[in-house]
Amino acid sequence: MNTDAAGLGKRRAVGFVLPALVLIGVFLVFPALWTIYLGLTDYRLTGLAAADPQVVGVENYTTALGDDRFRNSLWLSVQYVLGSAVIGQAGLGFAIAWMLRGRRGPVRRVVEGLVLLSWILPSSVVAFLWIALLDRDGGTLNALLGTPGAAWLLDHPMLSIIVFNTWRGTAFSMMLYAAALETVPPSHLETARLAGASAFQQLRDVVLPRIKGHVLTNMLLISLWTFNDFTPFLITAGGPEGRSEILPFYVYTTALRGGQLGFGAAVSFLILLINLVFALAYLRLLRNRAPASALAPGRREASG
Amino acid sequence: MNAVRHALGRIAAAVFLALVAAFFALPMLWLASAPFDAHPSITVSIPEFTLANFRAVLDNPYALGSIGNSVIQAGGAALIVVVLAALAAYALSRVRVPGRDVLLYVLLLLSSVVTGTAAMVPIFELASRLGLIDTHLGVILVVSGGLLPAAIFILKDFMDATPTSYEESARVFGASPLQILRHIVVPVVRPGLATIVVWAVASVWGGFLMQYILLRDPAKSPSAVILYTLYTEGGQPNLDLISTFSLLYSLPVVVMYLFVSGRYGFRLHGGLKQ
Repeated sequence: MNTDAAGLGKRRAVGFVLPALVLIGVFLVFPALWTIYLGLTDYRLTGLAAADPQVVGVENYTTALGDDRFRNSLWLSVQYVLGSAVIGQAGLGFAIAWMLRGRRGPVRRVVEGLVLLSWILPSSVVAFLWIALLDRDGGTLNALLGTPGAAWLLDHPMLSIIVFNTWRGTAFSMMLYAAALETVPPSHLETARLAGASAFQQLRDVVLPRIKGHVLTNMLLISLWTFNDFTPFLITAGGPEGRSEILPFYVYTTALRGGQLGFGAAVSFLILLINLVFALAYLRLLRNRAPASALAPGRREASG
Repeated sequence: MNAVRHALGRIAAAVFLALVAAFFALPMLWLASAPFDAHPSITVSIPEFTLANFRAVLDNPYALGSIGNSVIQAGGAALIVVVLAALAAYALSRVRVPGRDVLLYVLLLLSSVVTGTAAMVPIFELASRLGLIDTHLGVILVVSGGLLPAAIFILKDFMDATPTSYEESARVFGASPLQILRHIVVPVVRPGLATIVVWAVASVWGGFLMQYILLRDPAKSPSAVILYTLYTEGGQPNLDLISTFSLLYSLPVVVMYLFVSGRYGFRLHGGLKQ
């Protein structure tokens, strides 16, 4: 719609857009560009390199790529995304949406309500709930399983945060797939069933072709968010001994705690590039489909 | 044969849903029981009912103040985001500004790519140089910058879907553009504005990373950060305090969610969630 109904005029229109653009420019665009420059320097939080940072070129990048701790961290991030987003959230979210399809009433409300509640509670609250659940001495999980003294967070830190993030984020996939499944005409499923198709065959031949776009959209978004997720830091802080140090924690520990700002900026830029690949793929997908601004809520996971 | 398979299928579905409900409820049981337990422990148990634990929140020097800080930061950011996004979205929806579509595309791309994780180093550095460390304003501006692109995008969808005929007739009767905006456009798109406010408040209220990086002074820190320091800073964690404080701090977002889902239905359009 391009009719200037209120008679705003171009000058005033620009004036309306400008304040938002300035804020976005200063606190979103500029930091992103500045990362590129900072990443090429040996800038530090304190000491000589803090007062007079030198441009060191791509040294930070070669250091990072040759650093075992960085490569390990990248690998843990891959495990985290595959385990908790692609398998955990998408798989469980789809299973729940599938089982709840066509159901109304209290069962649906209770299950949906619990899944959503785990999504809307603040990060620092859910983090402590999981610390309590997995506690070695008095944790409810050990009491239930009859495994007193099992130190889940120390012995299986990656598994713990993967299960945690599955619990935390399944709501989005569940809602997206529930909406997607509503686009599958019940008559098609009925026909397939009458023709003797098994549940698996119905899923593969009737449902999947219809919701392919949703599946792909969901995968891209939750992978992007999970890759940037800082929340499990509140549970393990990357420990013990870096065994759950996914990439966001690595940046935080080296740059803001260790003071290597230049090096941290270089790693941040690598994260930006990986995000860009996910986001471009997503926007490409969107252009072929109905507009939806689902990318928007992405800051949730990112702001931890 | 078919009947047996059907019955087995129904049982399997019921078992699956029961397990799902248990998995999601299990971690949250503690939040429901411990605040009211006379002797809260880390294990979930049937509470010996008391409200005395809530005293711990009053006694802690930072707990109540941190809720005030959360209100200031979430409220301030929501106000900036809704006002600036509404102005920008209206202009972009009604006036053909050159390069508009590219601008919107780039904004949407940026808001998803430049996450808190990817930008924490330059944002910390920028805030230090601008003297915004340890200020409410610093947190408000930084989080607003991150929320604005999505807010503009969602609100522009709302504005586009609103017919211009009211604005046209008001103009015929001689109303100025600002009067039209205030008395006609704002009331019509109110649900969209409410969506943005709820979304912004919820995301800043629950947000951790930016607040953690930008604030050192516990007297300025929001509840998200204070709660984290309560269970990570040495010594035996004070479970009276942690449980009651967690509950008080969680309540507003839960209430907001119930309100929104009761009123508009909690669905995925426009991404109504932090």
